[in-house]
Amino acid sequence: MENMCREDLMKMIQSTNFTVIELGMYLDTHPECPYALSTYEEACHTLKTAIKIYEMKFGPLTIHGVETDNGWSWTATPWPWQKGCEY
Amino acid sequence: MWTYIKMLEYPVNIKTTNAKLATAIMSQLGGPDGEKGAATRYLSQRYAMPDKRVCGVLTDIGTEELGHEEMVSTIITMLTKNLTMDEIEKSGFAPYYVDHTIGVYPQAASGVPFSAATIQSTGDPLADLHEDLAAEQKARLTYDNILRLCKDEPDVYDAIKFLRAREMVHYQRFGESLRLIQDNLDSKNFYAFNPAFDKGENCL
Repeated sequence: MENMCREDLMKMIQSTNFTVIELGMYLDTHPECPYALSTYEEACHTLKTAIKIYEMKFGPLTIHGVETDNGWSWTATPWPWQKGCEY
Repeated sequence: MWTYIKMLEYPVNIKTTNAKLATAIMSQLGGPDGEKGAATRYLSQRYAMPDKRVCGVLTDIGTEELGHEEMVSTIITMLTKNLTMDEIEKSGFAPYYVDHTIGVYPQAASGVPFSAATIQSTGDPLADLHEDLAAEQKARLTYDNILRLCKDEPDVYDAIKFLRAREMVHYQRFGESLRLIQDNLDSKNFYAFNPAFDKGENCL
C-alpha cells in the first residue's frame, strides 16, 4: 500500500470502507454469521492501515487524523465535491 | 456522535454539465422520496425502537443516507458547473437559477422544497418499519426513473446505479428488522398494536 498513488489508494479506501458498511449492516440482523464476522474483521484491518498511510502521504480524511506539523491541513486539501478532487 | 470522512462513499466524476438532468436528480436530495428525507426518517425513528439490533439498522442506514445526500449533492454540483447564461435559459434551469443560482438546495424535481411532511416517526416500531420498507421501494423506483433519463451520460448513470442498488440492500435489512420485532411480539398481541407503548394495558 505504501507505494500506491493517491488515486489508487483512495479507490482502495472507498471499496474497503464499503465492505465495512455493508457487512456492518448485515451483521446488525445476522450477528452470528461467521463468514460475515471474519470478512468484516479483515476489511476493518485493511481499512485502518490504508487510512493511516493515506493520511500520512496525502492529507487528513477525518478530523482525528490531522497532522499539524505544517499548520492546519484539514482545509488545505480539496473537498469531495470540488474540482481536482475526483473521488 | 458522527465523524465526517473527507471522501464520497462511491466516486462521482462528471465531466459534462447538464442542467436539465440536475433538475431531475435534485429530487433524490430534497424530494418526497429523497435521501434527506430518508436520513431524517431513520435517525428520528431510532429513539422509539425497543430492539437494540433494529436500533443498529436504523443508525447505520440513516448514516449511509447522509453519505448519499453528499453524493447526490456532488452530482448536482458537477452537472451545473460552469453553466453559461445561454445554457441556463435553454435547459429550463432559469426558475431554479433565480432563487439559488447554482447552489445546492433541497427540493423536489417539481420545485417543491424539502419537507418533513413527507416522512413519519410514529413511535410505533411496526408502523415505522412498514414505512421504511415502502420508503426504500419508492427511492429505488425514483432512481429507476432517473436512470431512464440519463442513459447517454455514463458518468451520471454509474453513480445513480450504485445509489439504486443500496436502496435494495436497505429494503432487505428493514425486512429482517420487521421480522425481528414481530418475532418478539407478545403472543396475545394478535393485531400488532404498538409494542413500544401499549405494554401494560391495551388502548381500548
